Amino acid sequence: MSTSLRINPIACTGHGMCAELLPEVIELDRWGYPVVVSPAIPRSLLEYARRAARACPTLALLVEEKAGKHR
Amino acid sequence: MTATRLLAGVADAAGLQDYERWYGPLPGPGGPPGRARSRSRSRRPERLIEIIEAAGLTGRGGAGFPAGRKMRSVAARPGRKAVVANGAEGEPASRKDRLLLTRLPHLVLDGITLAAAAVGADEAYLCAHGTDSGLLRRLGHAVAERQAAGLDPVPIRVTGIPARYVSSEQSSIVQYLNGGPGRPTFSPPRPHERGVNGKPTLVHNVETLAHMAMIARHGHRWFRGAGLPSAPGSMLVTVSGAVTRPGVYEIEMGTTAGEVIMLAGGPAERLQALLIGGYFGAWLPVEAAWPVPMTHAGLRAAGGALGAGIVIAFPAAACPIAETARVARYLAEESARQCGPCRLGLPALADALASLAFSGDQGGSADDIAALIPLVERRGACRHPDGAAQLARSLLTAFPADVHRHRWQGACDGVRRPPLLPLPR
Repeated sequence: MSTSLRINPIACTGHGMCAELLPEVIELDRWGYPVVVSPAIPRSLLEYARRAARACPTLALLVEEKAGKHR
Repeated sequence: MTATRLLAGVADAAGLQDYERWYGPLPGPGGPPGRARSRSRSRRPERLIEIIEAAGLTGRGGAGFPAGRKMRSVAARPGRKAVVANGAEGEPASRKDRLLLTRLPHLVLDGITLAAAAVGADEAYLCAHGTDSGLLRRLGHAVAERQAAGLDPVPIRVTGIPARYVSSEQSSIVQYLNGGPGRPTFSPPRPHERGVNGKPTLVHNVETLAHMAMIARHGHRWFRGAGLPSAPGSMLVTVSGAVTRPGVYEIEMGTTAGEVIMLAGGPAERLQALLIGGYFGAWLPVEAAWPVPMTHAGLRAAGGALGAGIVIAFPAAACPIAETARVARYLAEESARQCGPCRLGLPALADALASLAFSGDQGGSADDIAALIPLVERRGACRHPDGAAQLARSLLTAFPADVHRHRWQGACDGVRRPPLLPLPR
């Protein structure tokens, strides 16, 4: 089972909390919107990723715990 | 080369009787006449899906997804389904869907009825731009003609949708039909999982459905009698720009881009490039584009994209940077503005392209274009920013000399030409 990060770009308002809480994996672009540097989350970061997802004010950060394509 | 399959009766088959004279009556959902039909009624609609799979028909709306597989994934789900025929044709340079809906509406309507029976739909929609009241009215008449003849067990609702570029994207249409705005939605769920009124929804381009109506009549071996084994059948292309006879042509899949230009009467002036795939496509230098087969794989291998079969012949005397800047501005204005990277990134991209095209900005704008492409690509809920990114990237790849010249010497003479690439308004 693998875990990956995905952002709902419609819900995201560029608040930036995710990049604060998960700087290893999320950076902000020049407009303040998150870029997921690497979607696959190593087990060591899993709890931090979940915390970042809970902190998002619009619940735009998704921690998805299944392998496979969602597009 | 040229194929005369869909368009065999295009001059004279708008009315139902003329149409049936040209194309023959629609066989039952089990397949072409003469084939041994399954005795079980419940297996018959499924037969179409097998035939479409065997034919290898792929979507003609731009993505090229296998049509049979799409039907199967909808049919496999429980409950009643919906079918949506997408005739909205958001790409400004495309005319093929309009041609089909105007001259051969019954081919499309047959396809909708066949697909509805095959997947078990109890709702069916045919969508075109709401601003086109004349077309919507004529389609309404065609549906009424068929109702009087008892042809469509599932009534087909002709629906006008917003005439915006992103509104013809499939999740936009589904949201609009559900009473929402015509804007793309985040997935999951995808339409085939949960779409119109919560039902698994099959969305197909009108040309794809027209091919289904032909395959139902003539069979999958007939369909594969044209095109290539890996890309069977025929497709409609819209050719415009610097050609002698712009218009919609039907070609076998795998016809080369050069052959397509010659079908349209050949170049009207010396060409430097072809823009293939529309504004969701890519620039290719003419020498590189000429021998490329018109298939999804062939264009991809050449660094381009087939899209919905748009081919624009671009003359040597025009400026591709200026034209791309105009298109980028249009794409920026057409953003649904739901996603930050698209809402902010596309105008920035358009600004940088305009700067490079017209201001001779020394180096800054060319670098900014390159930096913006990965910032917009795949960062929206739909593929709209990806199209702009692909167009801009292909500009940099196909015209390095022009980019260099604009960087260091400013605008070329070509920027003063009247605009070539079509935009609405």
